[in-house]
Amino acid sequence: MTATPIATAKPRLLASGAQQKLLAFASLIVLLLFFSLASPNFLQTANILAILQATSVNGVLAIAATLVIITGGIDLSVGTLMTFTAVIAGVVLTFWGLAMPVGILAAIAAGAACGFISGSLIARMKIPPFIATLGMMLILKGLSLVISGTKPIYFNDTPSFPQLSTGSLIGALVPALPVPNGVMILFILALIISWVLNRTTLGRYCFALGSNEEAVRLSGVNADGWKVAIYALAGGICGIAGLLIASRLNSAQPALGQGYELDAIAAVVIGGTSLAGGRGSILGTIIGALIMSVLLNGLRILSVAQEWQTVVTGVIIIAAVYADMLRRRRAG
Amino acid sequence: MLNRRTLLATLTAGSLLATSGFALAQDKMYIPLISKGFQHQFWQAVKAGADKAAAEFGVEVTFEGPDTEAQVDKQMDMLAAALAKKPAAIGFAALDSQAATPLLKQAQEAGIPIIAFDSGVDSDIPATTVTTDNLAAAALAADKMAELIGGAGKVALVVHDQTSRTGIDRRDGFVNEVKAKYPNIEIVDIQYGAGDQLQSTEITKAILTAHPDIKGIFGANEGSAIGVLNAIKETGTKGVVVIGYDSGKLQKDAIRSGEMAGAITQNPVGIGYETVKAAIAAVKGEKLPAKIDSGFKWYDKTNIDDPEIAAVLYD
Repeated sequence: MTATPIATAKPRLLASGAQQKLLAFASLIVLLLFFSLASPNFLQTANILAILQATSVNGVLAIAATLVIITGGIDLSVGTLMTFTAVIAGVVLTFWGLAMPVGILAAIAAGAACGFISGSLIARMKIPPFIATLGMMLILKGLSLVISGTKPIYFNDTPSFPQLSTGSLIGALVPALPVPNGVMILFILALIISWVLNRTTLGRYCFALGSNEEAVRLSGVNADGWKVAIYALAGGICGIAGLLIASRLNSAQPALGQGYELDAIAAVVIGGTSLAGGRGSILGTIIGALIMSVLLNGLRILSVAQEWQTVVTGVIIIAAVYADMLRRRRAG
Repeated sequence: MLNRRTLLATLTAGSLLATSGFALAQDKMYIPLISKGFQHQFWQAVKAGADKAAAEFGVEVTFEGPDTEAQVDKQMDMLAAALAKKPAAIGFAALDSQAATPLLKQAQEAGIPIIAFDSGVDSDIPATTVTTDNLAAAALAADKMAELIGGAGKVALVVHDQTSRTGIDRRDGFVNEVKAKYPNIEIVDIQYGAGDQLQSTEITKAILTAHPDIKGIFGANEGSAIGVLNAIKETGTKGVVVIGYDSGKLQKDAIRSGEMAGAITQNPVGIGYETVKAAIAAVKGEKLPAKIDSGFKWYDKTNIDDPEIAAVLYD
C-alpha cells in the first residue's frame, strides 16, 4: 500500500515534465529567433560559443540544485561551495604543486564532503534545508577567503589547467566545431544525471522524497540515508562547477560565488522543476540555464541598458513560472 | 493558447524595450565600456562622463559592469558580448587582467583597439590607459600643504602601502614636490597603514607623540586620511593641518567642519570622458600616449558644494 504513491507518481511526472520541457524549449527557440532577427551580430559562431561558455558554470550548478529541489529541499550553498572547491583545487595544484588529476579529484571530493555535511544537518539533525544551507553558504564563503588569504590563486604552474574548460577536444578533431570542453562537460554531466534520476534507485527516491517523504519513510526505506547521498552528489557536482570556473578564469577567485545560487535556482525553476519538490527534469534545467544566458547575451547585443536587463530577466522568470502554473491548473 | 499568448506578450514587451535602446544607433561608431562595477557612485560618475563624451562626439556608448568586484566571470561574459557586437573600440577596466587576456587577444586579432581605464589592464594590449596621474595629484597636495603651514615646518605622510602603484606614486609625488620647491619643510616620517582606519590611527598617534611640533599630515587614501583624523581627535591635538585623498562621507564631513583642511579628489567623470575620447582617437589611427591623465581636483570647505566638485565626490 505505502509504495503506491511512489509507483503512480512516476508516469504522471514524466508526462507533465514533457509538456513543460516543450514549453521551455519553445520559449528558447522564440528567444533565439527574436534576437537573430533583431541583430545580425547575435547568430555568429563566436557569440553562440560565448553563450554556451557562459552557460556552462551556471548549468552545472543548476543540475546540482535540481537534484536537491526535486527532494523538496533547497541548497543555498551551491555558489560558495563552487568557490570553495575552486580554492581547494588552487591549494592542491598551486600551493602544493601536485598533478592535475589530484586537484580535480580533491575539488570534487571536497564538494561531496560539504554536500554530505549539508545533507546530514538536514536529514539527521532536522535543520530546515534553507537554514542549514544558508549557514553552509556563509561558512564556505568565509573558509574560501581564509584558505586563499583573500587573494586569487592562479594556476600558472599548471599550464594545462585552463584547457579543462576553455580548450576544445572536439575542435581538435572537427575544426568547424570548436565547442569548449566546459560546454561538453555540462552536456555529458546532464546526460549522466538525467540517467541517474530516471533509471536508478537514487533517482527514484529523489522524486519519492519530494512527493511524499512520509510514505518513503513508512515503507521502511532509509529516507535519511538517501537524502544525505543526494546532497553529497549535488556537492560533488558543485565541485565540477568549481573546476570549470577556476579553469575558465585560470584562477580561484575566493570572493566570488554568493548570488550564483540564485541564478542556478532561477534556471531550475524556468526549466519547470517545482520548488515544492517531486517534479522536475535535468533537460528542463539545461533549457532554463540556456534561456537565462541567451536572454542576457541578447539584451547586451541589443545594447539594452544594464538596469533594464535585470528587470527583463525578472519578468521572464515570473512569466515562465506563471505559464507553468496555468498549464498545470488546466491539466489538473 | 493562453501559454503562447503570455509568452508572446512578454516577448513583445521585451522587444519594445530592446528596440528603443538600439534603434537610433546603427551607423554611429560603437564603443562599449566594460567597467569593474556599476551601482557604486564612483562608477556611475564614470558612466556620466562616458555619456557626455558620447553626446559630444556623436558616438554610441554602452556601460556595463558586474555587481561586485569579485564577479570576474560575469565581466568576461560582458566582454564577450561586447566583442560579438563588432565594436569600433572597447574601454576596459580589468577585475583580473590575467583572466581577461584570452578575450583581449581575440580583440587584438580582430583589430579592435582596447582603451584601459581606472586601474587599467596589466598587459601591453591596450592602446593607452586613462587614469589619475597620482604623482601630479600628490604634488598638488604638497603645494596646498606648504601654503597652509606657511612654507616651513615638519610634516608626515600616512600612506596605504608601499607596493601598489597608487601608494608609491602618491608618496613620491608628495615627497618630490616638497624636496624640489620647499627647502624649509621637513618630512619627518612616512608610515604605511594598509589603508586601514584603525592601523592608520595608531600610526598617526605614534607620529604625534614623536613629533609634538608637527605642522601637517597627508593621508594618501580614504582609509589613511580617516585614521589621521581619528588620531587627532583621540589625542585632542590642535593646529595640525590634515590633507586627505578621495572622498567618502567621513572625509566630506571633516572638511565641512574644518577638522580636515581639504583633500584631493580623482575625477571619475573625467575617466569616462577621456576613455571615450581616446577610443575615438585610436579608431582614427591617431597616436596615443601610454597614459592619459583623467584629471584631479583640490577641494576644501570653500568649494565642496560647487556643482563641478560635488559631481565627482561620493559618500
